[in-house]
Amino acid sequence: MSNINLFITDRDGETHEILAPTDMAMNLMEIIKSYELAPEGTIGICGGMAMCASCQCYIKSGHTLSDMEDDEEAMLSEAFNVKENSRLGCQIFITKELDGLSFELAPE
Amino acid sequence: MIKTDIIIIGAGPTGLFTVFEAGLLKLKCHLIDALPQAGGQCSEIYPKKPIYDIPGFPEILAGDLTNNLLEQCKQFKPGFTLGERAEKISKEENGIFTVTTNKGTEHQAPVVAIAGGLGSFEPRKPILENISFYENNGVEYIIKDPEIYRNKKVVIAGGGDSALDWSIFLANINADVTLVHRRNEFRGALDSVEKVRELKNKNQIKIITPGQIIELKGEKKLESVVISKDKIDTEYEVDHFIPLFGLSPKLGPISNWGLEIEKNAIKVDTFDYQTNIKGIFAIGDVNTYPGKLKLILCGFHEATLMCQSAYKIINPGKKNIFRYTTVSGIDGFDGTRKEAKKPVVQTISN
Repeated sequence: MSNINLFITDRDGETHEILAPTDMAMNLMEIIKSYELAPEGTIGICGGMAMCASCQCYIKSGHTLSDMEDDEEAMLSEAFNVKENSRLGCQIFITKELDGLSFELAPE
Repeated sequence: MIKTDIIIIGAGPTGLFTVFEAGLLKLKCHLIDALPQAGGQCSEIYPKKPIYDIPGFPEILAGDLTNNLLEQCKQFKPGFTLGERAEKISKEENGIFTVTTNKGTEHQAPVVAIAGGLGSFEPRKPILENISFYENNGVEYIIKDPEIYRNKKVVIAGGGDSALDWSIFLANINADVTLVHRRNEFRGALDSVEKVRELKNKNQIKIITPGQIIELKGEKKLESVVISKDKIDTEYEVDHFIPLFGLSPKLGPISNWGLEIEKNAIKVDTFDYQTNIKGIFAIGDVNTYPGKLKLILCGFHEATLMCQSAYKIINPGKKNIFRYTTVSGIDGFDGTRKEAKKPVVQTISN
């Protein structure tokens, strides 16, 4: 099996346990979109180019994530509601190491 | 009053290609866009990004695609109302629509094509208490008239191209510019960063990094801002505060036009991408239907089919036959004609 479990808290505060494939090169923003956990037009506006911050997430579990690249860091430095644990969902790809990852979608 | 055949709301790729397809049917178009330039997301968000799924172009930069589309539709002489947002729509008894912008510009046509992408781009506003009180009273998100900043104290916040470019521009007209950014590095074109550095060295721009505006003060209008740097808060006297944190799209006033909306998009009939209101079409990323994909190439297809129905509304009862451009050529509204060269017919005698 190439699915992992993710715990996603939507913008209304509801947490969803979902199955995410690790073999589709999907990222966290895309999995949120595919499960329709945020309304169309409020997430992934730039399509995943780290250029809009509409997929900002707060990482709640202690998983080790890929390092931030310059464009993600730059975008987050301009975004609002940024916290220590903020990341752009579109820059985190779903791998088996992320099984059990828990994160919350930042406000719009 | 601007009168045309098709009012196109949104001058992105889909809107621009609509001008071309409508032009083939001898229909005139006028485009309205909230941004000051044509191109939509392609030119506003990612002009330097390559796109790989435009048929016939193995790779094309988004900005180049926009330029090509402008070149392709130029012969059909589209009109443009740029920097204005389509705000209101009304339908007269004779079936003609009037679309009015936020600046009061009126447009009339029997057909409206909404090609608004994700909506009109609105500035992202920083979260600061009482900021709305100072809007247009010292706080401006968009620079409309740079002259008002001449010899004034201006604080610009942001770290992208627009923050850099406006800092340079305003410093050059003798504004006292302070540029504040949350991190030390700026994300902008290299030569803009260089120019800002030069101006800083000449004491023509002050830079505060990593810094953040945390408070706005002033009784009737903005008088000072508090900037936090290294956990120390300092108050600076200012005439203007210009936050430049990019733009985010909002469907905006279109959502109150009585159109059926689903998932932040306009529901259409896939026969011709008409909405629930006859004469109003929605094409490109702004629409939704079963199986919808938000792709530029889908927008092109939708624009093409839409124009056939638009023709019938604009020219009721008038015959029209679908033709290939390879056969018919193109007659531009600017008097130009493009057509395939005829092969030379010669007999070879034996």
